[in-house]
Amino acid sequence: MALLSKKDTNLILDPLTDNNPITIQVLGICSALAITAELEASIVMAISVIFVMATGNVVISLMRDIIPSKIRIIAQLIVVATLVIIVDQVLKAYAYELSKTLGAFIGLIITNCIIMGRFEAFALANGPWRSFLDGIGNALGYGIILIIVGFFRELLGSGTLLGFPVLGDPITKTGLYATGYENNGFMIIPPAALIVVGIIIWVQRSRNPALVEEN
Amino acid sequence: MLEHVELFFKSIFIDNMVFAVFLGMCSYLAVSKKVATAVGLGAAVIFVLAVTVPMNWLLDKYLLQDGALVWLGPEYADYNLSFLSFILFIATIATMVQLVEIVVEKFSPSLYNSLGIFLPLIAVNCAILGGSLFMQAREIETLGLAFNYGVSSGIGWFLAILAIAAIREKIRYSNVPAPLRGLGITFIITGLMGIGFQSFGGMLTGGGEEAEEANEQVNQVSQPEKVTPVKEVIVEKNEEIDEKVISYNDVNK
Repeated sequence: MALLSKKDTNLILDPLTDNNPITIQVLGICSALAITAELEASIVMAISVIFVMATGNVVISLMRDIIPSKIRIIAQLIVVATLVIIVDQVLKAYAYELSKTLGAFIGLIITNCIIMGRFEAFALANGPWRSFLDGIGNALGYGIILIIVGFFRELLGSGTLLGFPVLGDPITKTGLYATGYENNGFMIIPPAALIVVGIIIWVQRSRNPALVEEN
Repeated sequence: MLEHVELFFKSIFIDNMVFAVFLGMCSYLAVSKKVATAVGLGAAVIFVLAVTVPMNWLLDKYLLQDGALVWLGPEYADYNLSFLSFILFIATIATMVQLVEIVVEKFSPSLYNSLGIFLPLIAVNCAILGGSLFMQAREIETLGLAFNYGVSSGIGWFLAILAIAAIREKIRYSNVPAPLRGLGITFIITGLMGIGFQSFGGMLTGGGEEAEEANEQVNQVSQPEKVTPVKEVIVEKNEEIDEKVISYNDVNK
């Protein structure tokens, strides 16, 4: 690629697989799991985090020489909080129903550890363009896990995807339901998200034994 | 008084921060390898929640809510500053954490030594900001209830991290499949604990005794009916087997 050097490409691609923020770095789980019962909410959450993450990384990277290191946490929190307020207001204006569903979890993007973690680990030490790529990469890695979890929970739990019934109608017994298939109510309750993520980690580490932890 | 008791148990067991809304998962997973450190962080979370939730309640009530500024004068009644709540809450939390750290260091060095290293971590713990945001979303009515909510949510979080730390200390001796070791199995155990905590859901709905009696009666009635056919089936199966054995023997003979 002419636009991105090989190093820059790695900034985006690494967090998607072998350095995934959720399954490997164990960051940003807090707000990730509660909203994944529906695919649509997961996608919106992923897009919000991509926006906050990329913009925040650029802003912090531009300001990295003027922020005194003693108060950098508060400075970072203010930058994130401002960006999250923008996301929240936009959602309230254009997708009110969805912002009701997401509720307090949009606000919790502020304390999403991925964002603070990348500010500390990357944006404070690198230029704006690389920080931007790093932000996009990590937010995408986070978003992919959210979308996978949301996909399986909505498909198996409600038999729908993005609200459309893909497995037939459970009341009139059409499609797959005609064969006696039932929705798995277990997938809707919060603990199911943890188990789905656990299984994703299992699959990922079986495929790449280098990632296995000692204990 | 009753509402205090209800909120207390509800926040600890039913709306548990970790198992019901996944707050503070990052530090929950990262600091739960040893019971001793888990206790330190849990205590610090209770402490900081008990301080910040009432503080943010006051901010919400007298500054942010729709029409909250009316105490300044009737011309301020139309202001709604609630869009500022994220930035004010997080600023309050970051400031309070710094303040608590300074005060504790000054007046109780021993407490500072046990809590101190965790306090900076806590400013970015989602459980703290989550406590304030859910306090706002649930429209808690009085300052006392807000304090109660802060303390009991903190206790719920403390219980969760204590339990997972104890389990993780024991699981070191188990033969977990290699790809699941560490993070994977912790996720799955947390999920199973969450399912366990779901059973607290009916705790406060009331009228439980009558329902239980009714259930017992139903069971007493239904059990004999259910048991007899099973026995018959078993007997029939035994007979079939006997017959088969006989016929098999016959063939052998």
